[in-house]
Amino acid sequence: MADDRTIHTVDDTTLKDLDTEPMLINIGPIHPATHGTFRVFTKLRGERIEKAAVEIGFLHRGFEKISETRKYTQVIPYTDRLNYCSALVNNVAYCKTVEKLMGLEVPERTVYIRVIIMELQRIMDHLICVAANLVDLGALTNYWYFFNAREKLNDVIEALTGARLTYSYVRIGGLAWDLPPGFEGQVKATLPVVTQAIADVTGLVERNRIFLDRTIGVCAIGADEAVGYGYTGPCLRASGVAFDLRKARPYYHYDEFDFDVPIGQSGDCYDRIFVRIEEMRQSIRIVEQALAKLPGGPVNVDDKLVTLPPKARVYSQMEALINHDKLIIDGIKPPAGEVYDSLEAPNGESRAAWSPTSWLR
Amino acid sequence: MRGNESGVVTTRLDEVSKWAQRNSLYPLPFGTACCAIEFMGVVSSVFDISRFGAEVVRFSPRQSDLLLVAGTINYKMGHVLKRIYEQMYEPKWVISMGACASSGGFYDNYATIQGINQIIPVDVFIPGCPPRPEAVLDAIIKLQQKIDRERVKK
Repeated sequence: MADDRTIHTVDDTTLKDLDTEPMLINIGPIHPATHGTFRVFTKLRGERIEKAAVEIGFLHRGFEKISETRKYTQVIPYTDRLNYCSALVNNVAYCKTVEKLMGLEVPERTVYIRVIIMELQRIMDHLICVAANLVDLGALTNYWYFFNAREKLNDVIEALTGARLTYSYVRIGGLAWDLPPGFEGQVKATLPVVTQAIADVTGLVERNRIFLDRTIGVCAIGADEAVGYGYTGPCLRASGVAFDLRKARPYYHYDEFDFDVPIGQSGDCYDRIFVRIEEMRQSIRIVEQALAKLPGGPVNVDDKLVTLPPKARVYSQMEALINHDKLIIDGIKPPAGEVYDSLEAPNGESRAAWSPTSWLR
Repeated sequence: MRGNESGVVTTRLDEVSKWAQRNSLYPLPFGTACCAIEFMGVVSSVFDISRFGAEVVRFSPRQSDLLLVAGTINYKMGHVLKRIYEQMYEPKWVISMGACASSGGFYDNYATIQGINQIIPVDVFIPGCPPRPEAVLDAIIKLQQKIDRERVKK
């Protein structure tokens, strides 16, 4: 009887026959579908959203206001919590901006370490993003696969920074400390786990009918529209715009690394998920290259007004103690002026604009 | 509990309901910020909250009995939190996860509530910014001990 079967889909004619009315649904701020805290009031016709009113501000924590009265180094922990899925990238974005204001050149080793940790964080951020999206589609198994890989990466970062989520590892003019022994081997042992997790998950969802039906063509945003809305990052690239700050305005030797920028075709949910998955693969390539090129040397700039002296000297030499004291109490003092800098964070451009009011610091 | 050879167990009704309550907590993760990501880590395979019977995460206050407040609560969110708490059926418990929920954390400013105990009662506070997953599991165990000690909630 296979020939008699017809597939009934709910289209506009069916809805007209049924004489349905649009349904008003309030989603959030606490709802299974809200990852993060925002509220959207929707007018639905079937599964199609006809109108949506978005309300934000449920996690307004006053970052800018707080940063006005903190010293430059004291702002670093706050940057951790801007996008807490990839805290190190925010650390770097902030410190890079202050360094630009002060005209500091960080050592080569620091540049490469920063690239490594930023790309590891990009992978971790995308793992959370894709895992959470797949959970919402009912594909819970993928969540376990991705989170196992993420925990492995977390172990690497924890060995480096001592924290699991909010690291505060980057300092103005360098890093808090150098890489721990065995870091390189640990990273190299972990990257195949990530590759395997990506392969497992793509194997499960790539040809899964439910996944395809729920993502292909859903919420497609064209290139013009994406640019018009001011999209950046993977969402912009999913819409087919090949704009990545790592290629467009290379910083930290990104022009020397061999990697591709994946772009989508239609800008739908499917593209947004798979651009992220491909970016993870590219980040693995960058980490491998950066590890191979990692030079030796110091990780902090040689400037007494920026870098804290090593603890061993602080406890044994008067000059170092005074230097430490002055830096902690007075803080780093960049010149007055305005500065803007940005870099490619996992979810788009991370921007930092700073106009210091020097009398406060 | 006392058993005999015929397979009959005699106990007090209170003990049975407390045993059931403490070993099948249904958490509602009121996740607003960083702590929510750590809570995802607690649920995932490595730390596995289901070892303590609290893995059935429900996002509806009607279906849950443990409100796990993970993240900063600001004044705009405060009344939402209070309403969610009031919508939950008795018996209900609250865990305040992390420095922000417990005390406002390092957001001592105009926007942030300095501790959710100002608006709802809290059973267990977890320190940390964010707390490690082990700390969250410890809080679940502490809450289970507390349920065991308390008079049964009906």
